[in-house]
Amino acid sequence: MTVITSLSAFAPLSRTAGDSLPRWRPGLDAAPLHGEVFASAAEGSGAALALALALDGKGQEEERGWLWVQDARAIKLGGRPYQPGLPPRLRHRLIHVTAKSPEDALFALEEGLRCRDLAFVIGEVAGNPKALNFTAARRLSLAVERHGVPLWLVRLDAERELSSARQRWAARSAPSQPPRWNPAAPGTPVWQAELFRARAHPPGTWLLEGDFANLQVQHRQGQSPVAEAGESRLHA
Amino acid sequence: MIRRILSIWLPDLAIERWQLAEGESAAPFALLAETAHGPRLTALNAAARQAGVQGGTMLADARAICPDLAVAPGDPAGDRAFLERLAIWAQRWGPWSAIDPPDGLLVDVTGVPHLFGGEAGLLEDAALRLAARRLTNRLAIAPTAGAAWALSHYGPDRELLHEGTAQLDDLPVAALRLDSATLLVLRRLGLKRIGDLSGVARPALARRFRNTRAPLANPLIRLDQLLGRVPEPLLPVIAVPVPLVQRRLMEPIRHRSLLDQVLDDLAGDMVRLLEGQAQGARRLELALWKVDGEVLSRRLELAAASRDPGHIARLFAGKLDDLDAGFGIELARLSAPWCEPLALSQADFEQAAEAHGTSLAACIDRLSARLGPEAVRRPLAVASHVPERAQRWAPPLEPERVMQGQLAFHGRPLKLLDRAEPIAVLYASPDGLPRRFRWRGQVHEIARAEGPERIAPEWWREGSTARLRDYYRIEDDQGRRYWIYRNGLAGDGRGGVPEWFLQGLCA
Repeated sequence: MTVITSLSAFAPLSRTAGDSLPRWRPGLDAAPLHGEVFASAAEGSGAALALALALDGKGQEEERGWLWVQDARAIKLGGRPYQPGLPPRLRHRLIHVTAKSPEDALFALEEGLRCRDLAFVIGEVAGNPKALNFTAARRLSLAVERHGVPLWLVRLDAERELSSARQRWAARSAPSQPPRWNPAAPGTPVWQAELFRARAHPPGTWLLEGDFANLQVQHRQGQSPVAEAGESRLHA
Repeated sequence: MIRRILSIWLPDLAIERWQLAEGESAAPFALLAETAHGPRLTALNAAARQAGVQGGTMLADARAICPDLAVAPGDPAGDRAFLERLAIWAQRWGPWSAIDPPDGLLVDVTGVPHLFGGEAGLLEDAALRLAARRLTNRLAIAPTAGAAWALSHYGPDRELLHEGTAQLDDLPVAALRLDSATLLVLRRLGLKRIGDLSGVARPALARRFRNTRAPLANPLIRLDQLLGRVPEPLLPVIAVPVPLVQRRLMEPIRHRSLLDQVLDDLAGDMVRLLEGQAQGARRLELALWKVDGEVLSRRLELAAASRDPGHIARLFAGKLDDLDAGFGIELARLSAPWCEPLALSQADFEQAAEAHGTSLAACIDRLSARLGPEAVRRPLAVASHVPERAQRWAPPLEPERVMQGQLAFHGRPLKLLDRAEPIAVLYASPDGLPRRFRWRGQVHEIARAEGPERIAPEWWREGSTARLRDYYRIEDDQGRRYWIYRNGLAGDGRGGVPEWFLQGLCA
């Protein structure tokens, strides 16, 4: 059985990327998946994009809890989740796990994926610890597919090493649109999100805007979505 | 039917408990309590009393009277625990007993005395059995708890009161269980005996004590309780047996696989026991007796009441890795000191839903068994406007308390640093927003900002040197969004030049 799963899981790789695969767009992926978001620890964009992607396309009436696992270094670099700043419909459902080491964080992530009462799991691991190698990532991917709980793993200040995640993003904060009533203030968060490796989509770069309720692609003046994909090379 | 209450007073409980543990001595001896003004005597033995020392004096004064007075610190918590055990033991004279702190017991003996040959026989039996435990005692039986208490403390020993108040009239007013301030008032009024109170018109007393509702300070309420005119609820002591299962092993076991088997059996036994009581375990203790006389113990707490043997055995298995069996384990015992009601529940019709994955409580148990109970938490809102105090970390399944909604005028960051980090700033104008700042070695140019949001310190929690904070939500030239604040104002008299801090990372 394991052989069949792995064969079918690797099958899309044999296709050449970009010819017949649909371009990613918000709300397209309904199936739970294992995703990774690479981001700098000096900004909140990684966790924010992971949350936005986890909520993307999900119903509003979800009432199950969700898990946020952080290892000690990630807490030191980027702080802990702050309840008043979370989206209102997620505030009362968060369960937070402080793991001393990356090994403990991986254990907590896997236990969370096995739990049927969780809507999704967010993980935050800083750097490239030895424990988080390809085998560990593969374990997590299989657990996601087996139990149907999505996992979004935020990698703070990490190299893009080998991983079996189904979607791999790189996130950066981008200047937001001025709000209508106070143009001097920061507006709705905007992230420059680069999908650099995905199983079901060709790579590309998007400017994503969202306050967790609805994620949408932001089109700047004079740029078509195709031009953005080309622009990604310049920025990345 | 008239109730019959037995009051047991153990006047020398503390000192006798000490003597039981440490042995009697003929020399003057006293127990101490620490007070704000120094050590004070709380209990004395007979020799000390004969030497002229009185209870309640300061140690220095007592030493002046009796220089060779030996002392030891008292143990009020231990006395209380002893009294609780004694209350259970005293249920041999009646089905229901209550403690009367600090040194008394009340037992409801209604309908019981004929088993002891009448009430006098019951008192005889109680006095003998208490004396056999080397406890000085004074006993009384009366229709109400108040009357029994009054007679045992201030009446003749082994007194029986049936009807009327003739025996009570001669007792001092202190027998009404009043506090010292009220006793002083009554003494100044010239009311020294309980009988004197009935000589005064009731409306006059009611008018004088109209503002005190506490029975301890109102002699009329106490008098009514004494005579049984108003009910006086008492809190009974009930023994709760701890669910406990154990296995004595024919051969001492030294191997882990055998121990796991024993653990599975114990968990199964425990679950059957709990199921019979409609309870679920919250805390479990496993004790393993080794052949060489040592006892190993492991303790486990569950996030929700559980009766799943596989789950219990699995959680314990994670805690037995560092076990040293030595020459072998001969007795294993599992007890559940903390249980909660858990009714039998219908199994899910759909088998697949049960079998697939784990429940939330089981997941939390596994996480906290490996990572420690402090590692798994959930944030709860707290009524405070200081940002770091606006949330607290609570156990994961604790229900959220209902509170007033927060005003959402101002954005809050997604993540908050554990400790706000100082930033070096370059001002555009001396008292406003900085133009750029340096954080963790990187320079950020401020492009847009919202603020200030002024948050004053909470004077009811903090000292007078805490400074107000001006918060700004900012975005730098590359779009990174932060939450920064200035601690204090220039010239507010609470420190030098205000410093800037970065506290949160926005989405």
